[in-house]
Amino acid sequence: MSDHFPFRALDFSPHDENIVHDSFNELIEEQSNNQDGSEVFEMEDMAGRGRENPAFLASPQHSRSNREYFSPITLRVLSAMPSRTIGRNRGAIISQYYNRTMKLRHQRSRPSIWALSRSAPPSISGYRVETDVEAAREEENLFHNLQNLSVSDRGRMLKTMPLSLQEKKNLRHARNSKGFPHSRNQIPCCSQLKYYLIIGFRHSWYSLLSFLYSLQLWHVAMKKVSGRFGTGVLSYFVFLKTLLLFNVFLLLVNVFFLAVPQAAHPPSNQTHRASFKGLELLTGAGYFTDTVMYYGYYTNSTVNGCGPALNGSGCAMGQNSLDTNPRMPYNIPLAYFFTIGVSFFITCIILVYRKEDPFELLSELARASRQQTLLQRLAKMTVHLLAWVMSLGSTVGCAMGVYLFSTYMHKDLTMRVSHNESLIHMEASLLALPVVVSTVNLLMSGLFNAVAWMEQYDAPSTQAYVAICRNLLLKISVLGVLCYHWLGTTIIGHVTLSKQVRQNGSTGGLECWETFVGQELYRFLLMDFIFTVLDTILGEFVWRLFSQKVLKRKRKPVFDIARNVLELIYGQTLAWLGVLFSPLLPAVQIIKLVILFYIKRTSLMMNCQAPSKPWRASQMTTIFITLLCFPSFLGVAVAVTYTIWTIKPSEGCGPFRTLNTMFESGKIWVRQLEEMNSNFSWFTWIHKYLVENPFFLFAAAGVLLILIYFHTQVVGGQRKIISLLQEQIDNEGEDKKFLITRLQDIYEKERPVSVRFKQRERRDDSRKVDGLIGIKI
Amino acid sequence: MFLLIFCRLHTRYHELAPNLVPMDYTNDPDCKVPIQLIINMPELMENPFKERIVESFSEAGDGNLSFNDFVDMFSVLSEMAPRELKAIYAFKIYDFNTDNFICKSDLEQTLNKLTREELTPEEVNLVCEKVIEEADLDGDGKLAFADFENMISRAPDFLR
Repeated sequence: MSDHFPFRALDFSPHDENIVHDSFNELIEEQSNNQDGSEVFEMEDMAGRGRENPAFLASPQHSRSNREYFSPITLRVLSAMPSRTIGRNRGAIISQYYNRTMKLRHQRSRPSIWALSRSAPPSISGYRVETDVEAAREEENLFHNLQNLSVSDRGRMLKTMPLSLQEKKNLRHARNSKGFPHSRNQIPCCSQLKYYLIIGFRHSWYSLLSFLYSLQLWHVAMKKVSGRFGTGVLSYFVFLKTLLLFNVFLLLVNVFFLAVPQAAHPPSNQTHRASFKGLELLTGAGYFTDTVMYYGYYTNSTVNGCGPALNGSGCAMGQNSLDTNPRMPYNIPLAYFFTIGVSFFITCIILVYRKEDPFELLSELARASRQQTLLQRLAKMTVHLLAWVMSLGSTVGCAMGVYLFSTYMHKDLTMRVSHNESLIHMEASLLALPVVVSTVNLLMSGLFNAVAWMEQYDAPSTQAYVAICRNLLLKISVLGVLCYHWLGTTIIGHVTLSKQVRQNGSTGGLECWETFVGQELYRFLLMDFIFTVLDTILGEFVWRLFSQKVLKRKRKPVFDIARNVLELIYGQTLAWLGVLFSPLLPAVQIIKLVILFYIKRTSLMMNCQAPSKPWRASQMTTIFITLLCFPSFLGVAVAVTYTIWTIKPSEGCGPFRTLNTMFESGKIWVRQLEEMNSNFSWFTWIHKYLVENPFFLFAAAGVLLILIYFHTQVVGGQRKIISLLQEQIDNEGEDKKFLITRLQDIYEKERPVSVRFKQRERRDDSRKVDGLIGIKI
Repeated sequence: MFLLIFCRLHTRYHELAPNLVPMDYTNDPDCKVPIQLIINMPELMENPFKERIVESFSEAGDGNLSFNDFVDMFSVLSEMAPRELKAIYAFKIYDFNTDNFICKSDLEQTLNKLTREELTPEEVNLVCEKVIEEADLDGDGKLAFADFENMISRAPDFLR
C-alpha cells in the first residue's frame, strides 16, 4: 500500500491544483450519482503565499485526460517545482504537520483546519500501523523545524498558526524543554535570572501595549457600536472623531499663538465689559464680546515690545536698567494673519492626504438596468424629473427666503439700535435667523425623504447618493446666501450701524463687523447643535416609541448615516468659516462634538437597530472626506481668502484696524524685514514678482493640472498592467496543466503493464471496502 | 494582566450556562456550552455569521464550545490577532460546506446572510459570478485560500 501513500514527511507534495480540481469536480458528480466512494486521500493545506491549495489526490480514472494514477515520480517532480518550494509559509507547513500528527496520534476529535477526516484508507489497520511511525517522525520534524528558528521568529510563527491555544502552549513547553537543559538546577543562576527578566519584561511590554490600545479615545464605545451595528454606523463615529481631532489641532494652534499672548497683555483702553448673564451662552455676545474669543479684542500692535508703534522701533532711550523682564516683542496682527493662514494650509494638506481616489466610485455607478417596457421607463423618468424639479425648486425658494429674512433682520437690528433698546433684547432678536435656518434645514430634509419615497431606484446606493446630493445642494445654497449676506450686506450696513452705536454710546460689539459675524457664526453653531439634539430625541426616540406602540412595527428605526454625516459636515463648515472672526470657535465645536458623540451613541443603543442593507463603509468614508474637502473646505477657503484679500477691516477694532485689507499686514511685515536687513531684499523681490503677479498664479495652477493629469494616466496604466498580468497567470496555469499531463503520459507509457493491472485490481477491492464503510465526500 | 483577561473571559463563559460550567478545572472536566447559548451573546447576536463563527472554533464542528475553544474564538476575533490568522479563519467561516474551497454556493449563502435575503436570486447569481470572475486566479470556478487572501488584501473594508 505504500505506493498509495506517496507522501513522506518532507517529500509531501500537493497535487497540481488544476488537475485535481477538475478531477474533484467529477468526483463529486460521480459521488452524487452513484454513491460510490473513491479513494480520496486528504492533503492538508499550505496556507501560504504560494498557490498551493487544499487538494485531494483523487482516483485518477475520473480525471479528464484518462490517466490511471499519478506516480510517485511525477509527484516528486511536482514537489520539487520552484513555485512550491520558494516562499512557502513555514508556519503553515509546521501547523499542518502538527495537526496531522495530533489527529493521527491522539485521535482527538479536534480536526485540523484544513483536514477533512473523510479519507478512505485502503486498509484500515494497515493505515494506522504505518501512521503511528509516521506520526512520531513528523513530530520530530516539527520540533526540529521550530528549533531551527530564532526565538522571536518562533514566537511570531506560533502566533500566526491556526492552532488552538492549548496546542500552542504544548508546543512552547515542548520547545522550551528541548531548548533548555533538562533540570532547572543545571542552569547557572545568572542565566536563570536573565530568563526571568526577559519573561517579565515581555509580559509587561504586552500589558503596556494592550493598555495603550484601550487608551485610544472612545475605543471601547466604538467597538461596541461596530459590533452591534456594523461598520457603516461605525464610519459615522469615526468621522466624528476625525473632525474632533481637526478642531483640537485648530484650537491648540489658536490658543498658543493668539489667545495666550493677547490675554497676557490686555489692551489698555478696555471698555467696560458687560456682566455675565446666562444669555451669553446662547448668543455669544454680552460678556463674551470683549474677550479673546472674538476678533475685536485683539490689538493692532506689538505687545511686550518697546512701544505701541507698529514697527516696534519706538524704544525709549535710557531704559530702566532694573527692568529685568526680557522683552519678547510679539506682533499680534502678524501672528493673527499667519496663524489663521498656516492652520488652514495644514488642514488642507491633511484633508487632501487622507482622500483616496474618487474615480473608482464612478465606475460603480454604472449598472445594468433591468429590462422594462418603454412606458414604464418613461413613467419612471417623469417621476424622477418631477422629484428633482421639486427639490431644486424648494432649495431655490429656501435660499431666497433666507436671504430676504436675513436682510429684514439686519434692518430690524438697525431700527432697534436707533431706538436705543437694551442690549439683551437686541441680542435675543439676533437668535431668530439661526433658528429659521436650522428649521429650514430640518424641514427640507424631511421633504427630500418624502420625495424620495415616491421615487423608485434601481439600486439602494443610488438612492443614498441622490439623497446626499439634494441635502448637500440645499446646505450649500443656504450657506452661500448667508456668506453673501455677511460679507456683503452686513459690512455695508455696519458702517451706518457703528456710527449710530457710537452716537448712542452703547457697545456690545456692534461697532465691529468682524466680531458681529463671529457672534453670528457662534449662534449658528449653537442652534445647529440644539436642533440636532432635538432631532435625535424627537426623530429617533419618539419615533421609535410611536412605531412600536402605535404602528406596532417589529423593527426599530434605522440610523440614517448619510443625513447625520451631512449634519457634521455642515457644522464643521460653520466652524471653519468662523475661525477667522472668532479664534476660539473650535472650542465650541469641540464641546459640541463630544456631547453629540454621547447623545448619538445613547440614542443609537436605545432606539435603533442594525441597518438591513449592507453599507460600503470604506467607499462611504471616502465620499464623506471628499465632501468635507471639496464643497466644505474649499468654499470656506474661498470665502476666507476673499475676506483677507479684498474686504476692508473695521476701523475701530481688531488687529488690522488701520489697514486697507488684512493681507496688507503681511506686505508691511515683508517691507519691514527689507528695511531692517537688506539681505532680505530677495524675499520682497519674490513677493513682488511672484505672489502678486497673476501670471505666476496661472502658471502654478497649470502645473498642478498637468500633475493631476499625469497621475491619472499613471493609475490607468497600472490598471492595464494588472489585467495583462492576470492574463499571464491564466496562461501559465494552462501551461502547467499541459506539461504535467504530458509528463504523466510519458511515465505511463514506460511503466510495465503488469504493475498497472495489479493496481487496478487493488483499487477495485479497496473500492468495495469503501463502499461498505460508506465514504461520503 | 493576561490573568485578568482570562478570568473575565471565564466569567462570561460561566454566565452563559451557570449550571453547566464548573468553576473548578482541576479535574479537567469536559463540558461544552451548546451553540444556542453562545450565539445569543450580545457581541455575536447581530452578526449574520454567528453560527458559522462558532462552528469554526468548535472541535466537532457542531458549535458546542469548550472553554478552550471559547478562548480561541475570542483570541482570533480580538484586534491583536495577526491579520494572516484572521484571514485563515475568515476563509473557514465562509466555507459553508467545509470542502476547503469557497464555491459558488458558499458565496450565495454568504451573500444571502449579509443582505438578509433582500436580493433577488438573479442579483445574487450575478454578484457571485462577478466575485468568482474577479478573484479566481487559477480558473477552476472556486476560490481557494490563496485566491481569497489575495482578494481581501485588496479590500480595505476587511480585517479592521
